[in-house]
Amino acid sequence: MNFEYTEEQLMIRQAARDFAQRELIKDVIERDTHSIYPTEHVKVLAELGFLGMLVDPKYDGGGMDTISYVLAIEEISKVDSSVSVIMSVNNSLVCYGLENFGSEAQKEKYLKPLARGDKTGAFLLSEPEAGSDATSQRTTAEDKGDYYLLNGTKNWITSGNTAGTYLVIAQTHPEKGHKGINVLIVDRNTPGITVGPHEDKMGMRSSDTHSVMFNDVKVPRENRIGEDGFGFKFAMKTLEGGRIGIAAQAVGIAAGAFERSVKYAKERKAFGTELMNHQSVAFKLAEMAVKIENARNLCLKAAWLKDQNKPYGYASAMAKYYAAEAAMWVTTEAVQIHGGYGYVKEYHVERLMREAKLTQIYEGTSEIQKIVISRQINNDY
Amino acid sequence: MNILVCISNVPDTTTRIKFTADNKSVDYTGVQWIINPWDELALTRAIELKEAGKANKIMVISVGNSTVEATLRKALAAGADEAIRVDAEALDSFSTASHLADAIKQYPADIILCGIESSDYNGSSVGGMLAEMLDLPSVSSVSSLEIEGGSIKITREIEGGRQQLETALPAVLVVQKGIAINPRIPSMRGIMTARTKPLKVITASAVNAESQINSYDTPPQKSSCRMIDPENLDELVELLHKEARVI
Repeated sequence: MNFEYTEEQLMIRQAARDFAQRELIKDVIERDTHSIYPTEHVKVLAELGFLGMLVDPKYDGGGMDTISYVLAIEEISKVDSSVSVIMSVNNSLVCYGLENFGSEAQKEKYLKPLARGDKTGAFLLSEPEAGSDATSQRTTAEDKGDYYLLNGTKNWITSGNTAGTYLVIAQTHPEKGHKGINVLIVDRNTPGITVGPHEDKMGMRSSDTHSVMFNDVKVPRENRIGEDGFGFKFAMKTLEGGRIGIAAQAVGIAAGAFERSVKYAKERKAFGTELMNHQSVAFKLAEMAVKIENARNLCLKAAWLKDQNKPYGYASAMAKYYAAEAAMWVTTEAVQIHGGYGYVKEYHVERLMREAKLTQIYEGTSEIQKIVISRQINNDY
Repeated sequence: MNILVCISNVPDTTTRIKFTADNKSVDYTGVQWIINPWDELALTRAIELKEAGKANKIMVISVGNSTVEATLRKALAAGADEAIRVDAEALDSFSTASHLADAIKQYPADIILCGIESSDYNGSSVGGMLAEMLDLPSVSSVSSLEIEGGSIKITREIEGGRQQLETALPAVLVVQKGIAINPRIPSMRGIMTARTKPLKVITASAVNAESQINSYDTPPQKSSCRMIDPENLDELVELLHKEARVI
């Protein structure tokens, strides 16, 4: 067993850290306050190759391993999770899905621009009445021979307005239940698509979350990924990997709040000495450090399993569940350590706390992760 | 036009510096190494000039043991084409400049860039020494570098203003802030291609240091703030006068 990072992994972590600490930090509060999409920063992410860093170089990606990806997401999330979620959805849902399950023609046409970051991608699974219960898809993809006719509404879509390419999960054969679901590659500019208003969210306010409506949208048959009825399996397989990105994001949110708390505790005095010298604060920091280390290790293990082509669904569910819960706890305590200062925007920790909340909800709630974990336990023991 | 950038491997600027028990050397245990920030700006300008089609090849060079290689590879990832490590210990500015000069005689370049100082020892002397040893013209405090045709246009900061000048090539330019705005962050493609770029290790002839370090000290701790009661103005005036001696 080896816990050392390679020189290359460290270089990637440093590149992400430099980008986050030099660039993202500058106007993160303003972007959050006014829900401003980080257009320029996403361009830089693309130039640096972060948007397609996991994709094979033959499809214009960075060819990096999942460990590097986890390290990069963590560094960016220490500063701004609205940016890391764009990166995570593009890499681990959209690019991953296309690269692993798409045809050569689909990869050539759709994966390459996404890996280069010329376009971003969105993953359209959730519906107004199908969140955690992903099998009850009401969006329909009617088989019309040469094309599918798409109708329905998708909710909570990250990059819903800015994305150039959608991966849409929809029901073709309702009588077959989840085995009748398909996944279609849909160009954002196809006639019949309406994007709803920007969601005014609690956290990650500058990522671009929308509902997307499909009204008789014609999607060419060749845009279906995999065999007929592969959609649900596609979604589940893709989300397995997506969880690693969100777990890494949660680790980053927690670590960002922790680093700010340590700095504050060493500077701020109360009752004649630095907060760090008060056991009640020092013990909080100790607990934070342990939770973050645990979360990071779970996350790295899931990433390592994925890189070794070993099953990682159980590990990624554990990582996502634990990291999200840790992030929520750590950020809440970070606000507490900061006292009144923690409750104002200038000190960042209240924003990190708002961001942490979402990691318990999206790409599979904490409860869904526990279902995944407990089913595996039921099988194995 | 080929550019060579001299790179100093320095501890990350947020490192908490510790000394060995005898206070005669720095304890580098657990230190994160980075490209000296001024050298990183020099490298960034070299990359910008190459991207603009004004320069052909960028080489980077550093003196040190194998720990320097990670820093050199970062420079390759950022956009340098070749790296050279002179396998020797950088004992002081003189030994560093001597090793660099020996190596540069084997690997000449048209423009040799050095950061104005290193962020660890702040010696500000390698660039000047190197130019002297190579018998080349040198320009210090360079804040802007343009290549036009076969010649270069330089701006340097001087007291109360700026100076524009040209120089014959090859030349050593000692660069400072302003030469580039933001240091170049390596891209994924850059990190990937750095795997296959050449990193040569060359052996060095023995060079003795011309100076020795007797001891190190950390700066004194900031003294704590003393509060004077607002009713007690006389005490404040007395302390400012007698203790602080500012009035």
